[in-house]
Amino acid sequence: MGSGCRKVLFPTTLPSVSGLSSVKKAVKSQRPVNLDLRTIKLPITAYTSILHRVSGVILFLGIALLLLALDTSLSSEEGFATVQAYLGSPLVKLVIWALLSALLYHLVAGIRHLIMDTGHGETLQGGKLGSKIVLVVSAVLIVLAGVWVW
Amino acid sequence: MVTNVTNFSRSGLYDWMAQRVSAVVLAVYFLFLLGYLVVNPGLDYAQWHGLFSSSWMRIFSLLALVALAVHAWVGMWTISTDYLTNMAIGKWATAVRFLFQAICGIAMFAFFVWGVQILWGF
Repeated sequence: MGSGCRKVLFPTTLPSVSGLSSVKKAVKSQRPVNLDLRTIKLPITAYTSILHRVSGVILFLGIALLLLALDTSLSSEEGFATVQAYLGSPLVKLVIWALLSALLYHLVAGIRHLIMDTGHGETLQGGKLGSKIVLVVSAVLIVLAGVWVW
Repeated sequence: MVTNVTNFSRSGLYDWMAQRVSAVVLAVYFLFLLGYLVVNPGLDYAQWHGLFSSSWMRIFSLLALVALAVHAWVGMWTISTDYLTNMAIGKWATAVRFLFQAICGIAMFAFFVWGVQILWGF
């Protein structure tokens, strides 16, 4: 963690040891804690985290569609042609692109998680930077996926 | 101490590990399939059928299916315990959450069996 963050927790203007202990007391006290997500102003890291969850739920729902497509495409020559015909329609292309987008975002955000598990990008600044990188990289991949689908 | 009896392995650490191992399997499987489709734009039925007929692809796909079941369960469980709470939806939260988790579990089990049927049924 950078010195910038330490200053917030323990400002250099803090006068004495007794000052420090009062900070600790305040942290441990039974003050009401607001954890209601609907009333908290969210930082960028929260948005990338929630998008990771939203994309996960979308993918969970999408499994049924993908299994149906796999089932049909493998069932017979006609089934394969049916799936190919469906993939030609603009609406189906949009759905495939949406699912691909969710998958690509989920993948990129997941890779960030694995990197953070190794201890990199865990600071406040690192977290914000990581979130921005996830958004930029996944946006580029999603555009490329759109180009591929159409 | 185990305070929630509905998670995957009754241990947050094991859930954490399972989520990561399954994630890597799914990432490799997805990237392989996507890569295969990208480098084979003129894919026909015989080639597609041949790919999924091979033993290694069936093993790879079954592995991905198992990973998917684990990964989806841990993920949906995490989301349900975070958002379907008394604070968010009121006093019936525990019942609603349990129902939601049951639906997710049954859906994932159905996806898994369906996937096995697809892989060995054509």
